[in-house]
Amino acid sequence: MAIVEQEDAPLELGSGESNQITERPLGAFTRPQGSGGWRSWLFTVDHKKIGIMYGAAGLLFFIIGGIYALFVRLQLSRPGNSILSAETYNQVFTMHGVVMVFLAAIPLGAAFSNYLIPLQIGARDVAFPRLNAFSFWVFLGGGLFLLTSMFIGGWWENAPDGGWFAYSPNTGVLFSPSKGIDFFAIGLQITGIASLVGAINLIVTVLNMRSPGMTLMKMPVLTWMLFITQMLLLFAMPVISVALFLLTFDRLFDANFFNVAEGADPLLWQHLFWIFGHPEVYILILPSFGIISEIIPTFSRKPIFGYPFMVFSGIAIGFMGWGVWAHHMFASGVGPVAVAAFSVSTMFIAVPTGVKILNWLATMWGGRIRFTTPMLYATAVVAMFTIGGLSGVTHSLAAADSQQTDTYYIVAHFHYVIFGGIILGFFGGFYYWWPKMFGYFLSEKLGKMSFWVMVIGFNLTFGPMHILGLQGMSRRIQTYSAGQGFDFWNFISTIGAFLIAVATAMFIVNILISRRAYRDGKTPDPGPDPWDARSLEWMTASPVPEHNFDEVIEVERQDEFWHRKWGKNESGQVVRRATAEEVAHDGSNTNVHLPSPSYWPIFAAVGLPIIGYGLIYNLWLCVIGGLFVLGGLYGWVFEPVDDPNAAGHDHDDDHEHIDDSPENQEDASEEVSVD
Amino acid sequence: MTDTAIDQTSNEHSDGDHGSTLGVSNDKLGMWVFLGSDCLLFGGLISTYMLYKDRIGPDDLGPAEMFDIPFTSVSSFVLLMSSLTVVLAITALRRNDIRRSRIWLLATSVLGAIFVGGQVYEFTVFYREGLGYTTNLFGTSFFTLTGFHGVHVTVGIVMLMSLYIQSMRGKLTSGQSEKLEIIGLYWHFVDVVWIVIFTIVYLFPQ
Repeated sequence: MAIVEQEDAPLELGSGESNQITERPLGAFTRPQGSGGWRSWLFTVDHKKIGIMYGAAGLLFFIIGGIYALFVRLQLSRPGNSILSAETYNQVFTMHGVVMVFLAAIPLGAAFSNYLIPLQIGARDVAFPRLNAFSFWVFLGGGLFLLTSMFIGGWWENAPDGGWFAYSPNTGVLFSPSKGIDFFAIGLQITGIASLVGAINLIVTVLNMRSPGMTLMKMPVLTWMLFITQMLLLFAMPVISVALFLLTFDRLFDANFFNVAEGADPLLWQHLFWIFGHPEVYILILPSFGIISEIIPTFSRKPIFGYPFMVFSGIAIGFMGWGVWAHHMFASGVGPVAVAAFSVSTMFIAVPTGVKILNWLATMWGGRIRFTTPMLYATAVVAMFTIGGLSGVTHSLAAADSQQTDTYYIVAHFHYVIFGGIILGFFGGFYYWWPKMFGYFLSEKLGKMSFWVMVIGFNLTFGPMHILGLQGMSRRIQTYSAGQGFDFWNFISTIGAFLIAVATAMFIVNILISRRAYRDGKTPDPGPDPWDARSLEWMTASPVPEHNFDEVIEVERQDEFWHRKWGKNESGQVVRRATAEEVAHDGSNTNVHLPSPSYWPIFAAVGLPIIGYGLIYNLWLCVIGGLFVLGGLYGWVFEPVDDPNAAGHDHDDDHEHIDDSPENQEDASEEVSVD
Repeated sequence: MTDTAIDQTSNEHSDGDHGSTLGVSNDKLGMWVFLGSDCLLFGGLISTYMLYKDRIGPDDLGPAEMFDIPFTSVSSFVLLMSSLTVVLAITALRRNDIRRSRIWLLATSVLGAIFVGGQVYEFTVFYREGLGYTTNLFGTSFFTLTGFHGVHVTVGIVMLMSLYIQSMRGKLTSGQSEKLEIIGLYWHFVDVVWIVIFTIVYLFPQ
């Protein structure tokens, strides 16, 4: 359908320019061509490639954050150590926290969200493919911006040093005169834009792009948990944005938000930060909950126990996560009523989490369990998260918490939930979906070995911290003196940290070895469905073809793919109806309309870190960065919906589209057409 | 749709807005979702202002002395009228009445610009009366809150003017009325936020 042109209305042209629509767009407004090489990654809008890039970047940042942690542990390995000076130590543990939370855990969750949500709901791509690319590049730019604080202006001179929560007024110019907090505030502002844009995109995708018949209550639990995660991001990110804006304005423009001398409230930052920060905890954990909710049923050969309870307990966590933030502030003097209320709400939020743990156990109960590497990780998550959850409940008792606060007991608690609950879950997810994403198995033997090294190392690292904390060892201290009873457990903890590093290295080695083994033909082809799994992503070829599915899948039941493979015979026994190969699409359909790649998302994203440097060092840079962003957004809006000249790959598309000339918001949170 | 014949077997349901699950286009749903998020941005800023509005030095002028209610009421009225004009622009565009849609588009932008101009004027007056950005907590939080709103209005004007230019180039017709509708959603949201700000910031202290 061609657009309706107004060719015979010359009176309406004030500027006198031609009102003929140019059929050929300007040179700068063409679409990238060719689908091979580095360009296919740089300009891609494919949710799978973007998901893989999120995963690779998240893993890279996980390793960098891990190296910071190793230095922290080395410094604390024996009393009176001096590997890191107090100033450097502050920066290193701050960077460890910031990198792990914002640049490793959130993006790894985003990797699974991007890759799996469209596949699990049977969609061709996300709702706004270009916006998806934009959010990845913004995230990467913000992350690298934050990391450059390590060496800009001197080696470890300008890195953030206020802890990952950056309590103001401690992070004001007066107490943190280096540029570190500026890098923190602006860097997180940038990655926050990425999270917000990604959340909008994925929420619309889940709500609006499901396969016919895929009602909300037929969606896989993983998609549900990721959807709730995106909802939390959507509402939590603006709150941290406000906090970071206030801090940035204080530091750069002498505003007074945290200026106690002018009567500012020192608790304002804490409230704003933790209103974001506690939902953030669930933003981190819910993807992992979803991942193991896929792994456990598959390897127990049973449907998930109590699907509606799984979904609604996830929703309950999502809601209640907003009502517990002040339990981070029991020691700050918020008053007895607030303490009592938040204490109760914190105890209460353990209930939906307990429901989930019960359901995972009940799913395994009586199942025919196969202990593959992903299943090992999933069971480890259940066990380790339970330990972390229980120590969390001990904090909800305000009286106990006032003893535990700022000790290593807290550090032990949140590493049990973050590492034991989240990172182990992500590793399980890697092993589970690796054949689907890349078309080859990761070695089970090496995988199981690295699993045990990781779990043992993890418990050696963080288990002793419970004891250290209860003995009274403070967090965030650079060193301690001998004879306080801290020596032994600190040393054990350091050994454990290095075991985790070894396990991570084994994972990387596993990737390289498994890839080579597959190329040499030594390992079998995984086929579309190597694990006899249940959800739709297994119903297409491995690795997933660019267009996902050959045809629209009509969904009738929860676990649709499983029910197409298995049915009951007359005597009620479960029998195979069809093999996975018969049911799954082979990816041979080349006639699927795909979104074209685009230059503009990365072009616009590059501007944001430049603006960041400009705010810190020279405002003229802001102008350059702003031009990048504005130019990028206008280029984005005016580029042709499809590349008219694309040939040789299946992006080409000779249909006329209604929205030939998308005109749209500058606001970076909107995109016109998905095509 | 000419493409149905070609794409019989493709995942057409996920292609743009034909066959979306909820019957709303992705673009419009995306804007609604974004506006939900933006509520929290203003929520944070308004809370901060409420906390700090009375924290002024002993000799500083407070909100009640500073504000010129008649002036701001007029500029608020101008902004609210722009919500009406944007609706008129949308209905005109839906009827494919291009000329009227342009007039109302331009009117909306101009009304928005008058509002922003009024804000700039108001800021200069306050500054001359001694309320700078760094003077006290009231000044800091007032300028930040209203400044963020002003930036939102300005972004809206830029979007409307971009549409206006598109219209001049003959590329905005009834087929694209949804674009204007989406920007209209944003515009209404910014107006509603101003009603809240005007009530809380300007009227409460009186």
